[in-house]
Amino acid sequence: MKMRIFVPRDATAVAVGADEIVTAFERVAETRGLPIEIVRTGSRGLHWLEPMVEVATLKGRVAYGPVSAEDVASVFESMASNGPHALRLGIADEIPWLKRQTRLTFARCGVIDPRSLEDYRAHGGYKGLERALSLGSDTILAEVTASGLRGRGGAGFPTGIKWKTVAQAKADRKFIVCNADEGDSGTFADRMIMEGDPFLVIEGMTTAAITVGATKGYIYIRSEYPHAVEAMNAAIKAAKRGGYLGDKIGGSTFGFDLEVRVGAGAYVCGEETSLLESLEGRRGIVRAKPPLPAHHGLFGKPTVINNVLSFAAIPFILAEGAKAYADFGMGRSRGTMPIQLAGNIRQGGLFETAFGVTLGQLVDDIGGGTFTGRPVRAVQVGGPLGAYFPRTLFDTPFDYEAFAARDGLIGHGGIVVFDDSVDMRKQARFAMEFCAVESCGKCTPCRIGSTRGVETIEKIINGERVIENLALVEDLCNTMKFGSLCALGGFTPYPVLSALKHFREDFAPIPTTLQAAE
Amino acid sequence: MTAVYEPSCEPSYEPWDETRGAEIIAEHAGQEGATLVILHALQEAFGYVPEAAIPMVAQALNLSRAEVYGVFTFYHDFRHKPAGRHVLKLCRAEACQAAGGDALAARAEAMLGVSLGNTTADDRVTLEPIYCLGLCSTAPSAMLDGRLVGRLDEKRLDALVAEAQR
Repeated sequence: MKMRIFVPRDATAVAVGADEIVTAFERVAETRGLPIEIVRTGSRGLHWLEPMVEVATLKGRVAYGPVSAEDVASVFESMASNGPHALRLGIADEIPWLKRQTRLTFARCGVIDPRSLEDYRAHGGYKGLERALSLGSDTILAEVTASGLRGRGGAGFPTGIKWKTVAQAKADRKFIVCNADEGDSGTFADRMIMEGDPFLVIEGMTTAAITVGATKGYIYIRSEYPHAVEAMNAAIKAAKRGGYLGDKIGGSTFGFDLEVRVGAGAYVCGEETSLLESLEGRRGIVRAKPPLPAHHGLFGKPTVINNVLSFAAIPFILAEGAKAYADFGMGRSRGTMPIQLAGNIRQGGLFETAFGVTLGQLVDDIGGGTFTGRPVRAVQVGGPLGAYFPRTLFDTPFDYEAFAARDGLIGHGGIVVFDDSVDMRKQARFAMEFCAVESCGKCTPCRIGSTRGVETIEKIINGERVIENLALVEDLCNTMKFGSLCALGGFTPYPVLSALKHFREDFAPIPTTLQAAE
Repeated sequence: MTAVYEPSCEPSYEPWDETRGAEIIAEHAGQEGATLVILHALQEAFGYVPEAAIPMVAQALNLSRAEVYGVFTFYHDFRHKPAGRHVLKLCRAEACQAAGGDALAARAEAMLGVSLGNTTADDRVTLEPIYCLGLCSTAPSAMLDGRLVGRLDEKRLDALVAEAQR
């Protein structure tokens, strides 16, 4: 029997040598005269062990990692003889880091061949859509609403309500748009699911289409993700061939077509109205709301626009029922969240779990602290617009409301760990600078405020009238927070103010006689 | 761990040609909201978006030149002149900053003698910042001519820079 070896094609695995490993396996197998079949999968998300390779055995898939090209010969030996190896991790499904998770969205990621529609179906794919086709729009809306699913892109708006608004809108055309402009540092879940289980995204979007009566959909993927673009395009082709896109989906009367569009390096296009402008071929300038995209979206038509993870959560909800999903979580944050652990972290990767786990558990226990071995000092949650949390807030449970109560946000679920060498003045300055570079320019608080923010923080760093300038930054942040049109200008104050509040010592004024006299 | 670096395939572009440009524009002009699609296609063919192509795009899409130019300049990806023979992108976002990316960026700048965003005098290497490759769990990250490299350290960076300079 041919040995089946699984090697991820995920960008993270490729970036640390997965392609070279495939070549090495092919060479070794040829030399040894043992036939092998290499299946390129997504990643299981244990990124500190990437490239992690697996071999099929009678007891399940046995994993090895992190494997380098030089290890391949000996790993192959171990695989062939079922013998011991220093990199052998045992049965993949039994690895504690993986076993502790609740994988609803990422259940198939890293397991199946993302290019194979058959593999997707064999692992429960399209079960949700088949049920949806038998339910009808109203029942699907009831299920999605009852699941408690909130948009996973950051804003956390209830998905059921959004879909219902579009379903009730009257128009000659409606659109489904998937926001795959995952620009936040520390986030990669969208990329992973598009590369590792692209049919799941297609199934979620198709379900949305039949629910609201849309016939055309777009996936807007950022250009920084060429591997995801390739994976989605391949999956769309395969879904069309298999009758899951195009006319008469799954033998029904519904028709739905899907197209990938590539961004061009503009962070602000992750904001939904900018994204729509960009899709229409214009500068990605934010639209004032209302009207909401649900009423007046792409090309002026009613549009469901959701994040990749929101669409990816849908098939489970339809296949297993709303309750099965809603039973996970805490408070008004239902279901699971794929949490991304990144930056200076020992065990970085993707950890899908029910809401409610604390930040400290995620960083210290699951993430294993820093890879530099130095103490964790600051953790930025929710991307460049997310707050920096100190250790004293590590008891905060992962929950939209709990984070908001502490002036933070969950955003897209990215966690970036910094050790004690971090200079928080620099991070605060970077947040303002990023906003200045990426601002679409439509509203003044964001466009001008961020530039003045950079200048003022620079003055603080240079020790110029520190007390006054700190007050000025805080005032500026308030203007940006309440005066900006979208989250870019509106949320940039989060990293800045949290740095000022929790890491005040970094901004401590240089004592002068004048200040001492005050 | 050392990865086997395959020689990266040097990107090869066509010289600007109006007829070819018109062909590319016509191929995509029928798509709804085609501006970005066309600009991407032009850059993929020629390595940049030639100034002469802007009025052609405008005409094909029934837009003003200013509108097309406005789109072209809004997005960081589009180039108004060809890049160097190799493009080395270093991720400068927070996860990579947390993992020592600042020092590596400074090192790359010193080695190449250019600051981020510029091309070496011999036109061999364009060094650019990129804001997040989505490899934040194996930071710091880089991309050389489309090839991803994670867990960047001084040794790996030096190898990448040497490869780019070849």
